[in-house]
Amino acid sequence: MSLHQSVVEVVIEMCLGVPVRISKISGNLAEIEVEGVKREASIELLDNVRVGDFVILHAGFAIQKLDEKEAEKTLELLNKLR
Amino acid sequence: MRFVDEFRNQKIAHKLSEKINKFHSEACFMEVCGTHTMTVARYALRRLLPENVKLLSGPGCPVCVTPEAQIDSVIELGNKGCIIATFGDMMKVPGSSLSLHQATDIDVRVVYSPMDALNIASTQEKDVVFFAVGFETTSPTVAATLMNAARLNLENFSVVCSHKLIPPAMRALLELGETNVNGFICPGHVSTIIGSRPYEFIPKDYGVGCVVAGFEPLDVLQSILMLTEQLKNGANVEIQYRRSVKEEGNPKALDILNKVFEPCDSEWRGIGMIPESGLKLRKGFQRFDALKRFNIKPKKAKGRTRGCICGDILRGVKSPEDCKLFGRVCTPETPVGACMVSSEGSCGIHYKYRSR
Repeated sequence: MSLHQSVVEVVIEMCLGVPVRISKISGNLAEIEVEGVKREASIELLDNVRVGDFVILHAGFAIQKLDEKEAEKTLELLNKLR
Repeated sequence: MRFVDEFRNQKIAHKLSEKINKFHSEACFMEVCGTHTMTVARYALRRLLPENVKLLSGPGCPVCVTPEAQIDSVIELGNKGCIIATFGDMMKVPGSSLSLHQATDIDVRVVYSPMDALNIASTQEKDVVFFAVGFETTSPTVAATLMNAARLNLENFSVVCSHKLIPPAMRALLELGETNVNGFICPGHVSTIIGSRPYEFIPKDYGVGCVVAGFEPLDVLQSILMLTEQLKNGANVEIQYRRSVKEEGNPKALDILNKVFEPCDSEWRGIGMIPESGLKLRKGFQRFDALKRFNIKPKKAKGRTRGCICGDILRGVKSPEDCKLFGRVCTPETPVGACMVSSEGSCGIHYKYRSR
């Protein structure tokens, strides 16, 4: 693991709730990845999770799917500020 | 990082700051989440606000509000030969004498997830006790873990249930009336689980506004702007963190939580007893209660260390810099109170980002 990857691992470990991408699903477990770092997380607190979804992680569990449409809307609003 | 970097844009931060600076009345906004305290400190957001807008920190650090007696009970369980599994920032919090870190005779393992604790239990025979600390973001993960333990018929796994609830603590602070809070920056991931509806009593009963905020600097700044607008247009509950928080929260997580836990009165270190502000195991899961299983009787808390004002800091009445021990006797290496130890504690955060 590179230094950068281990730094990101520490960031994930600190429960900072950075959105991560689902790269594989197997039953109640998913492989998540962010910045090239992969780890396992439980998806049993969510329904209808798909590979490619972004989720919010906490203590090894995905707690919500990131709503990409809402993210875009918020960014649009922020970008429109004069 | 996608969905992160865009919310750290400096130009937009300054535009938000400009808009907030157009608000000239006195305002006092409180956040009740250690991660929000961290965002404010790390990005020096107070510098972007006008003098008339003050930010306070409340009891948003679950580690900080865990009573000494519970830490003592966990050490006692360790002394009985149980493997203790805990989140990292609980390690150095002093109980009434020792912290878990200082209790060198016990086997303590730092885990990132309650499922890690379950895995330790399922791969060997010794008893494993998980110290279940956290607010509503964490308690569903522990509930799911206990349901897995039940399914696996695991006999050597149990928890010390130390979970607490945020909305009752917010009500207790409003009732105490020690600070003139005009608005709450509500916790983003607690609300991801519970939704925005549990805060509706706050504008309704107290005329205080609420905005559920994300954790990036633009999220917090936009939320502060929304709170100033509520001061003009009327107190309400709004969601800024729409990409993660729905009004109804996460119903599946809430369902799992409610199957395993129910509310109970709870002692908050530094604040005292708050009714219906904690969680206890429901009848069907009480066999996983470590204190019952190993017959541990919680001891009465000792008196507070002279000079330690963690209680005042947790209630937003004082800030870390007001404490005579801060940065002198009390540092992250030699913590006196819980607020200095936890990564989400006000004092620890202020110390880390001091002179910014």
